[in-house]
Amino acid sequence: MIEIGHFAAFLAFGLALSQTVAGLAGYRAAAGQFAIASFGAMALAFACLVTAFVQSDFSAALVFSHSHTLKPMIYKVAGAWGNHEGSMAMWCLVTIGFGAAGAVFLGSDRTVFEARAIGTQGMLAVGSMAYLLFASSPFLRLDPAPLQGEGLNPLLQDPALAFHPPMLYLGYVGYSFVFSLAAAGLMEGRIDRTWAKMARNWAMAAFVPLTLGILLGSYWAYYELGWGGWWFWDPVENASFMPWLLGAALMHSLLVTEKRGSFGAWTVLLAVLTYCFSILGAFLVRSGVLTSVHAFAVDPTRGLLLLIGLMVYGGFALGLFAWRANTLKAGPDWVLTSREGALAANNVVFIVATATVLLGTLFPLIAEGFGRQMSVGEPYFNLTFTPIMATALLILPVVQAWRWGKADLVGFWRWGLGFLGLVAVFAVLGVSAFSIPIGAAFGLALGVWLIAGAGIELKRRAIVWRAALRLPRRVWAMTLAHIGLGLFVIGAVVETSGRYETTLDLAVGEQAEIAGWTITLDDMRSTEGPNWYADAADITVRRGDRTAALTPQKRFYPAAQMPTTETDIFKTGTGDLYVAVGDRRVIDGEVRWTFRAYFNPLVDLVFFGVLVMGLAGALAFTGRLWPSPHENAAPAPQPAE
Amino acid sequence: MRARSRRLWTVSIAAALLLAAVALVFVAARDNANLFYTPSRIADDGGPDVGERAKVGGFVELGSLEYGADAMIGFRVIDESEHSIRVTYRGVAPDLFREGSGVVATGAFNADGAFVATQLLAKHDENYVPRELKDVGQPAS
Repeated sequence: MIEIGHFAAFLAFGLALSQTVAGLAGYRAAAGQFAIASFGAMALAFACLVTAFVQSDFSAALVFSHSHTLKPMIYKVAGAWGNHEGSMAMWCLVTIGFGAAGAVFLGSDRTVFEARAIGTQGMLAVGSMAYLLFASSPFLRLDPAPLQGEGLNPLLQDPALAFHPPMLYLGYVGYSFVFSLAAAGLMEGRIDRTWAKMARNWAMAAFVPLTLGILLGSYWAYYELGWGGWWFWDPVENASFMPWLLGAALMHSLLVTEKRGSFGAWTVLLAVLTYCFSILGAFLVRSGVLTSVHAFAVDPTRGLLLLIGLMVYGGFALGLFAWRANTLKAGPDWVLTSREGALAANNVVFIVATATVLLGTLFPLIAEGFGRQMSVGEPYFNLTFTPIMATALLILPVVQAWRWGKADLVGFWRWGLGFLGLVAVFAVLGVSAFSIPIGAAFGLALGVWLIAGAGIELKRRAIVWRAALRLPRRVWAMTLAHIGLGLFVIGAVVETSGRYETTLDLAVGEQAEIAGWTITLDDMRSTEGPNWYADAADITVRRGDRTAALTPQKRFYPAAQMPTTETDIFKTGTGDLYVAVGDRRVIDGEVRWTFRAYFNPLVDLVFFGVLVMGLAGALAFTGRLWPSPHENAAPAPQPAE
Repeated sequence: MRARSRRLWTVSIAAALLLAAVALVFVAARDNANLFYTPSRIADDGGPDVGERAKVGGFVELGSLEYGADAMIGFRVIDESEHSIRVTYRGVAPDLFREGSGVVATGAFNADGAFVATQLLAKHDENYVPRELKDVGQPAS
């Protein structure tokens, strides 16, 4: 079975090679057929791999080291991509899949351009396939076949993490096709409004799963790791966040290129950068050059190969860019106080913010270059990334009403006054009445500002509220995305500044207080699941006449010889009461247990805000694929978006 | 506005933003960078000042791990040399933290010469070794 997969993968590799040659030579039909055939072969290869996991075929080396017969079925399937080799196979599958999707959906109006885009995608597929087949093959056999597997890392046996890699890869690799479109656009000198319209569809198709993938990962870390937080500014997290930031910037700059024909060169550069940062992310995660709390098995040799791939593809695209830059046309004239100017500012802020994240992430490597071992943590990012992004959020509601070309600044002062008023309200109410830090008051004002601004902009476009529902879906998508951002900001500010965290030390029958709630440890008992056993705590939380039962566990997975923490969370309505079991201690003959307990106010808004942003992207995407009759006939007070 | 003056404005605003960002990065990195120490490095070159945030790493000495009241943990960090660092931590240790395992602690030394950790990083996975510990020698025992 696994040999069929291995063979099919080689076939997919060969077909991708043909796709590259045919595509770059300009044969649209042939390149498309090779792309689809290659996808078929790679899908078969991947299916063989998943089948081997489902059947627990331990003669396959990968199944042996990442699966176990006692594992629930969903994790047998997810185990196929819950490891380095399998996840690279998925990366290849998605890369080839986007080539095939391009072959189907690109149409054939601009044949040479489309051929070259599919060809470039083939080239990206060839690189990742070569890496898969020759440096991290998932198709190796063991002889003799072991009777039992070593089990999947128990931390990964979680529903959110089963779907985290596919989502993340759809996002990461989705940008590979935007990269290919950019390369083809440069080769053909076709970086124009039609190009931008097409590229924006694909950029959105990548942005949505990337957002949801990061969301799943963050949510998983929140409840599975037992550390109470949802973002740790860890290198592995930053690796996915940097492409997201660039992808968000790309979405905005593509808008300008699509509507006005400006920013062509910049947009192309950003499209190339976004995919390069996806590869950089893979490099940072796989090579182990940085210490991460999330790092799994790593291999420096593979890291080197990824770095070479990054340089080859990056160099290819930048070389192409330098060579063909003279074919890029400047769009119509604009001034800084215009929608173009505002979106340019947006892009500058996003790039600078990405650069600070990159610097913070690579800091240990830079320091090592100077012979010192040091690193920066969360305080660094709070001091750099947060204020930089805050400036972008501050100006967003003001500038989104600006016209293309040149904005009308009448009434500009009202916006400034409005924001100062909001800050004043939160400062007076929050700081004096609830004694929140002044920075938090500013952050809350910013969140409300974003949501109110999104509402005001919607009203401006609809003229009367009644007409708002008939606005095109892209306007709603923009509104929702900015509302989601506002919700996220409010959640993040409240959670970060209002988080209450404590370590408890309890014997059975004892109780403790956290954030007004009484926590009673009623009992500690043993329990077991299909492939684990656990110490479970029976805990009652009480406040006034509200009570709830929590049963956090400390699990032990014998197959992997590894303990995990299973937290339990009570949603109080204003936040999460979060309890994790620590360890058992015998002190003076008495058995005591430690617990980590947190009260995380409004933490759901953090996840909900990001979810809204992701869904807003999906809404925009449906609006572009299946426009409703009034999609392009909006009663807008000005032409264009 | 003409194209030239427009470009001038854009570039100067971008440059100002960039400068502010660079300044922020420098200040933030200077105040928040944590140097990494091993027991032998402290013995050779001296350690960080009392109260200065730093990271120490090595292996948890066998037999040194003690659990105290009020969720306190105490242990000694060792490497290939005969030196060791006493570390205390209040809280719940990571899942894979045990005697003999590699550990990276973030915190500061107190006046008694003990390293008071605010965060412990142990392995997340059996096959993973934190990069800081890659070159730290395993203790002989």
